[in-house]
Amino acid sequence: MAQITLDRLAHSYESNPQSDADFALKELDYVWDDGGAYALLGPSGCGKTTLLNIISGLLTPSRGHIRFDGNDITARTPEERNIAQVFQFPVIYDTMTVAQNLEFPLVNRGVDVGEIKKRVDEMLETLDLAGKANQRAQGLTADEKQKISLGRGLVRYDVNAILFDEPLTVIDPHMKWQLRTKLKELHDRFEHTMIYVTHDQTEALTFADKVVVMYEGEVVQIGTPEELFERPDHTFVGYFIGSPGMNILPCDVAGDSVRVAGHTIKLDAEYLPPRGARLELGVRPEFIRFAENHESGIPVSIESVNNVGRHRIAKVRLSDLSMNIIVPEGQALAATDHRVVFDAQRCGVYADDHRINPTEDSRGFRHDY
Amino acid sequence: MITKTVNQKAWFLVLPVLFIVALNAIIPLMTVVNYSVQDTFSPGVFFFEGTKWYREVLSSPRFHGALGRQFMFTGIILLIEIPLGVAVALAMPRKGPWVSVCLVLMALPLLIPWNVVGAMWNIFALPDIGLLGYGLNWLGFDYNYTQQPFAAWATVILMDVWHWTSLVVLLAYAGLSSIPDAYYQAAKIDGASAFAVFRYIQLPKMKRVLIIALLLRFMDSFMVYTEPFVLTGGGPGNSTTFLSIDLVKAAIGEFNLGIAAAMSILYFLMTLLVCWVFYTVMMRGEES
Repeated sequence: MAQITLDRLAHSYESNPQSDADFALKELDYVWDDGGAYALLGPSGCGKTTLLNIISGLLTPSRGHIRFDGNDITARTPEERNIAQVFQFPVIYDTMTVAQNLEFPLVNRGVDVGEIKKRVDEMLETLDLAGKANQRAQGLTADEKQKISLGRGLVRYDVNAILFDEPLTVIDPHMKWQLRTKLKELHDRFEHTMIYVTHDQTEALTFADKVVVMYEGEVVQIGTPEELFERPDHTFVGYFIGSPGMNILPCDVAGDSVRVAGHTIKLDAEYLPPRGARLELGVRPEFIRFAENHESGIPVSIESVNNVGRHRIAKVRLSDLSMNIIVPEGQALAATDHRVVFDAQRCGVYADDHRINPTEDSRGFRHDY
Repeated sequence: MITKTVNQKAWFLVLPVLFIVALNAIIPLMTVVNYSVQDTFSPGVFFFEGTKWYREVLSSPRFHGALGRQFMFTGIILLIEIPLGVAVALAMPRKGPWVSVCLVLMALPLLIPWNVVGAMWNIFALPDIGLLGYGLNWLGFDYNYTQQPFAAWATVILMDVWHWTSLVVLLAYAGLSSIPDAYYQAAKIDGASAFAVFRYIQLPKMKRVLIIALLLRFMDSFMVYTEPFVLTGGGPGNSTTFLSIDLVKAAIGEFNLGIAAAMSILYFLMTLLVCWVFYTVMMRGEES
């Protein structure tokens, strides 16, 4: 178990990177807590697997250092780093039995026989594989195989971290939930530092204490699931987290009023955006509502309404902008004259995709999350 | 409930295949079976002889000799070619520009016609003018494959290894390339030694292609004819007369149709039997 420090880390797959665009992973500088459960979330090609492989030692970063508990391990091999990794596709040793698979990392490390037996028996119990201990691993189902991959990491009690590279990709949906619960349980029990790569927001948000959202080789936000939802630092986070994602509307900002498509929206704080920046208003579909009968609001036209179970999603048009609005269960939609109201406290202002803070003196009356 | 449509007419679609197989396999084979149970003294006159030829073949020392040499030859080349092929495949680069260079070099011997291989080695190993033969003698070895049975054997085996190890290499390499990187990475993280990686990852993943390689090399070497025939003509004496060379001597050289036919059938059944045994043993436990 270790605290992981990423010290000005960057990586390029090219031998002689020239510009920022050559870097698969742009400079990172973070400290991740010992015993934390972190999820690296982002679309394909955003650099999350690159970062994971740098942490595990399968890849040496082009720049920067990586430290476990303060010790520089940048040049160490995966074996020396004492980490465990679970891959996208289950890796099992076909010709060995389930128990032999679990023994393998311990045997290689020369742990004594009695200790191996004790740990393997316990791990078989933990993973609900006790009945299959002496079966050949080859004939098992994908989720059982993935449990073995995981078990090979967990039998080594002293691992510094356990890394997961989209481990549930090949697992059936109904088993995904079970395995995820198991992971959470194991994390609570062993308190290993866990790093979990995924492109599935549900997986990330349920598994992790802290979610690291990555986009085009950059970490755009690290936060708890609540923070990512309530206060996305980057338009990509707003768009990627949530279903549907945040509405991002081009706008002009003057103090506490924002103009969107010719309509003015009052916010609860004043902003002083940088000159020349591209400004956008970000508001989640949850925080826009249709106006009551005599309430004033911004007129929109409804394009479609989709029932998604507990609520409906209305797709509306405001001149040439399109927005999603979540309509709570039981609320009737008027036949004509649709007007919408923005929740002023839940709107964010983005300059060149990054969230900007309100000015100092207007902070006082701003609702703080 | 889904009801299945039953349409037996589909069987007619198999007829063309049946026709072709009958022409190219069943009918010629039956002709040989026919000869193997009959005797003839003049064209068109045949006598039924039952199992006479079979008994004669099975009790002849000449057949025993050829069969023994055949198994020895096949055994030796399999023992050399399979491990050597795997070793070469392991040593070949997995990525980069050298991959295609290696593959082309490996494929070259396979592209040479068999009789040309025999002729090449025949000249290459000649003690008076061949590079190999002359070289060995110059180094002080008394080497003459046309007169010494041991030298003839060594040359025949060396030639086969040169010609066919490539096939094992290519098959083993295909097996190795199909192993995802994650296996090697996981092994690294599990602290596995290079031998453990070979024993628990590479070998099991290569198992299927190696079975194919083994079967192909068994069948081909068990039926080997052209190359040793061109190289040594079965000599010196009978020392490199393998089954097929002996069979051709009986059928064409001595015109013993009955004996040759009985030999052919026995030969065919042996090849079939050994392949079946190999396959069954190797695939055991694969399903469970």
